Amino acid sequence: MKLLELLGYFNYWVFAIILTVGLYAVISKTNLIKKLIGLSIFQSAVFLMYITMDKVEGGTAPIIQAGVENQIFSNPLPQVLILTAIVVGVSTLALGLAMVVRISECYGTIEENEILDAD
Amino acid sequence: MDLLAHLPALQVVVPMLSAPLVVLLQPKGLAWAGATAAALVSFAIALTLALAVLDGQTLDYAMGGWPAPFGIALSVDAFSALVLLVVTGAGAAALLAAKPSIDQQIEAERQPLFYSAWLLALSGLVGIVVSADAFNIFVFMEISSLASYILIAGGPDRRALPAVFKYLIMGTIGATFYLIGVGLIYMMTGTLNLADMEARIGDVTDLNPVLVAAGFITMGLALKAAVFPLHVWVPNAYTHAPHMVTVFLAACATKVSLYVLIRFDYMVLQTNLESHEVQFALFMMPLAILGILVASAVAMFEGHLKRLLASSSIAQIGYILLGASFVSIAGLSASGVHLFNHALAKGGLFLAVACLAYQYRDLRLDQLGGAGARMPWTCAALVVCGLSLIGVPGTAGFISKWLLINAALESGPWGWGLVAIILISSLMAVVYIWRIVEAVYFKAPVETDAPISEAPIQLLFITGLVALLNIYFGLFPQIPLELANSAAALLMEGAQ
Repeated sequence: MKLLELLGYFNYWVFAIILTVGLYAVISKTNLIKKLIGLSIFQSAVFLMYITMDKVEGGTAPIIQAGVENQIFSNPLPQVLILTAIVVGVSTLALGLAMVVRISECYGTIEENEILDAD
Repeated sequence: MDLLAHLPALQVVVPMLSAPLVVLLQPKGLAWAGATAAALVSFAIALTLALAVLDGQTLDYAMGGWPAPFGIALSVDAFSALVLLVVTGAGAAALLAAKPSIDQQIEAERQPLFYSAWLLALSGLVGIVVSADAFNIFVFMEISSLASYILIAGGPDRRALPAVFKYLIMGTIGATFYLIGVGLIYMMTGTLNLADMEARIGDVTDLNPVLVAAGFITMGLALKAAVFPLHVWVPNAYTHAPHMVTVFLAACATKVSLYVLIRFDYMVLQTNLESHEVQFALFMMPLAILGILVASAVAMFEGHLKRLLASSSIAQIGYILLGASFVSIAGLSASGVHLFNHALAKGGLFLAVACLAYQYRDLRLDQLGGAGARMPWTCAALVVCGLSLIGVPGTAGFISKWLLINAALESGPWGWGLVAIILISSLMAVVYIWRIVEAVYFKAPVETDAPISEAPIQLLFITGLVALLNIYFGLFPQIPLELANSAAALLMEGAQ
């Protein structure tokens, strides 16, 4: 019973693990591109959390159809929210990569410690 | 047509829609004029809103006519009006003065894009303040952050790039933490509207997810607000940004995150979590005190003018947080007034720095010799704003330090210790402001190729004006005081 309860939270376990993996990559890597990859993984974990919480068992897409009544719907709001958050994440990543390109142009390296030494 | 009713929405819409239009204004100087006009309109709207809510009422606005909690709601009360004044005032004043400095630092063909990013940052910041919807706040937070990364990296200094990269990483982690917190609360309550959230958390049986959410939200926003020890992105970002961008962001960017932190904590969490106010005070007060002392000490030994002032900004965030951590009306209103006054003092100081930087390439303190004689007006403004930062009677800074000391004495038996800390840190401020005064007035003039004279009149005029405002609000502090008092009353009403 205890084990089943834990397994019931499977998605949330995965969320926590991905979140930590991403954060660890951001902190431990010195390569700026790898840091951004870590940041992306970190943000993806949150997408998973939002998508998981809107799932209703047996629920389907929330579209009203003629003749169908008492249908169970999944909650559409978190999906809309996370769509926005994905767009935000993509723009952050794009801007971050643009910064890395400019850093590479100005410093000739994308290793954090070499950049610190250069100034 | 009742325009007043639509002002909360227009506050965001005006700068946001002006941003793409400004990009089209390619001829020289037009982009600046367009952006400044939009920022001034936005300041006028903030002023009107502030006068409308001065007596403590709240202006609500339902976006698209969808009533809250189903639609996205905007709401402006005394607290938001105070922060709106700071944000739009800083944005408009910095833009008015900006032209000579920006012309010097940024190539003409990139300027329309730069001003457009400026307006986006402004609309993001005001959007955070007027929004009454937790997810909307996140979106506006990201708009303002992305735009301010662009602004900071826009200058000629290559060291801005790694600084921005660090800011981007830490800012995104902060915003994502906030998003996790909002998600957890949404999971338990099914709503994103702040007022509705507050009402519905009461019905939640298992409060553990809300407690975790409180942790995530507090940490995320503290990271964005540069609360000690999460401030490491501030000094480099402020130091290497274009000078006018530093004026704008140092005056208001971190304070907006602090505003969300205080609002979320007082309006949503304190009412519902048992003894949350004690936990909040015990967690925030040590951070505030450490921030005040450590950052002031760092500023005392800093050799670069902009970096010195950036360190002092971290200490000032500590003061605002300290007031909030008393969980009392007196403390919150001291916080509100200090938020306003620090924006005036630090905005003025960075404006004066921009004047100095127009003539001096190197802003290290030992390279500024002779500035007092060559640029007398700039240095006079620098001294006035410096005095306000220290909290000398007759300047705006004195009012908020006085309120803070009163609130500390009321807060309990440890009040005297807190007063001692405030006084010690004010003495530290005397030391670091004196080092600036010494550098510009009493050091031997440095040799320069060309003779150095005053900064352009446009830059100088606004700097002088802000310096005078520091004195004006020191003598007649009614407007920020009244707004802060109503704000504190509203927040504490929410917390009880």
